[in-house]
Amino acid sequence: MDQSTSAAGQPTADEITDAPTSDRALGAPLVELKRVNKHFGALHVLQNIDLTVRKGEVLVVIGPSGSGKSTLCRAINRLETIDDGTIAIDGKELPEEGKALAKLRAEVGMVFQSFNLFAHKTVLDNVTLGPRKVRGMSKKAAEEHARKLLDRVGVGNQAGKMPAQLSGGQQQRVAIARALAMQPKVMLFDEPTSALDPEMINEVLDAMVALAQEGMTMIVVTHEMGFARKAANRVVFMADGQIVEEAPPEEFFTAPKSERARDFLSKILTH
Amino acid sequence: MDDLLAGFAELFAQYDVLAAFWVNIQLTFWAAILSLVLGTVLALMRISPIASLQWAGTAYVTIFRNTPLTIILTFTYLVVFAQLGIALSDDLNATFFWYAVIGLAVYHAAFVCEAIRSGVNTVPVGQAEAARAIGLSFLPAASMVILPQAFRGAIAPLGNTLIALLKNSTVAVAASVANETSSLMRTMIEFRPDLMVAIFLLFAIGYVILVIPIGLTTTWLSTKLAVKR
Repeated sequence: MDQSTSAAGQPTADEITDAPTSDRALGAPLVELKRVNKHFGALHVLQNIDLTVRKGEVLVVIGPSGSGKSTLCRAINRLETIDDGTIAIDGKELPEEGKALAKLRAEVGMVFQSFNLFAHKTVLDNVTLGPRKVRGMSKKAAEEHARKLLDRVGVGNQAGKMPAQLSGGQQQRVAIARALAMQPKVMLFDEPTSALDPEMINEVLDAMVALAQEGMTMIVVTHEMGFARKAANRVVFMADGQIVEEAPPEEFFTAPKSERARDFLSKILTH
Repeated sequence: MDDLLAGFAELFAQYDVLAAFWVNIQLTFWAAILSLVLGTVLALMRISPIASLQWAGTAYVTIFRNTPLTIILTFTYLVVFAQLGIALSDDLNATFFWYAVIGLAVYHAAFVCEAIRSGVNTVPVGQAEAARAIGLSFLPAASMVILPQAFRGAIAPLGNTLIALLKNSTVAVAASVANETSSLMRTMIEFRPDLMVAIFLLFAIGYVILVIPIGLTTTWLSTKLAVKR
C-alpha cells in the first residue's frame, strides 16, 4: 500500500505541505467548528470536533457508518442541534431556530442522500421556490436563473417534469441546482450518491467535480474515492464521533496514518 | 312495496322534504368550510415548533373531540344565545342556523385537525428538511411544502369527517334549527304514525343518496391527487 512513499524516500513533511493537489489558493475560514459535542441519548456522536473549512476548499468527510459524519454535515446548517461548542459560518455563529437561522440556511446549500425534491412541484418550481420566496426574486428572473442551473447540471430538458418521473441521478442533479439557486457560500453534500444505482453515480459526481473546479466551497460526506482524489483538497476521516485523521486525499488513500483508517480503507478497497 | 311508495308520495305531498334536506346541506356546507379553516389552523399549531401553540392545539382537540356534539350545540343555543344574548342576526331562525353552523364547525374542526395531521404524517421528513435547508421558515415551509402534500394525503380521512358532519348536522335540532331533517322526521312521526316505516326509510335513503357521492368522490380524488414519490 505505502510503497510509493517509502520508495520515493522523500521526507514526509515536504509531502504534507505540497500535498493539497488543487492549485487554487484557499481563502479565509468560512465554516468553523469549535469543540462541538452532540449526544443521541447515551451515544456521544460528535466528540469535541474542531474543524475549519476555508473559502474555496473542498473537504471530503469519510468514515464508517455511525461515525457521526452525517450528523456533522447536518449540524452545519442546524438540521441537527448540537449540545455544546460553536459552529460559525462566515464569522457568524449559528443562531437559534427562527428568522435569523432561516436567513443563514439560505446561504448554505444542502444536498441530501434521498434527494428530497418537493414531490408536488415540477423540477423548475423546485429550483425557483427558494429564490422567489426567500430572496424575493421575480418569477421570470428566478426561472431564467433556474433554467441556466438545470442546463449546467445537464437536466435542462426535464424542467417541466415532476420529480417522480426522473431517475435518481437526474433528481440528485436537480437537487444540486436547487441548492445552487440560492447562491450559497458553501455547499453541504450528505452522502449524495449513496442512494443511487451504480450507473447514475458518475453523472452526479461529474456535476460535483465541475462545481469544485468553479471554486465552490464544499463539504462532502462520501465514500467516493474517485471524487475525493479528483476534487478534494483535504480528507477528514471520522470514527466513533471523532476526527481521527486529516490529510490530502492522495496521502490519505495511499498512506493512512491511523490503524482505524487503514482498517476502514482495506474494507472498502477489497470490495 | 306499493304501500311504501304510496306512503312516500303522501309524505312528499304533505311535507317539504327536499327543503329540509336543503337545510342540512347548507348547514354542512358552511360548517365544512369553517371547520376546514379552523382545523388547518389547529393542525399548524400542533406541528409548529412553538410549545405553547402545540399545547393549545392539543388542548382544543382533546376538549372538543371528547365532548358530545349535542352538548356543544345546546351550549351555543342556551348559553351563548339565550343567556348572553348574543344574536347573530335580527332573524331568529337565521341566528339559530348560524349558531348551529358554529357549533358544528367548532366540533368537527378537531377531527379535521387530526385528519390533516395524519396527512402530514404521509409527508417524508426530508421534505421539511429540504424546505428549511433552502431558508424557508416554519410558516412558508408549512404552507408551500408540507400542507399541499398533507392535504392530498388527508383527502380520505377528510371525506370521512365530511360524511360524519353531514349526518351530524341533524343534531342541529338541539340548537333549535327547526326546519331541518330530524325536526321534520319528528313532526312526521307525531302526525303520521301510520306511515312509520316509510318515514324512517325516507330519511335513511335520503342520507345514503347524499353520502355515497361524497365517499366515491373522495376515494377518486385521493388516488388522482396522490403525490407520486
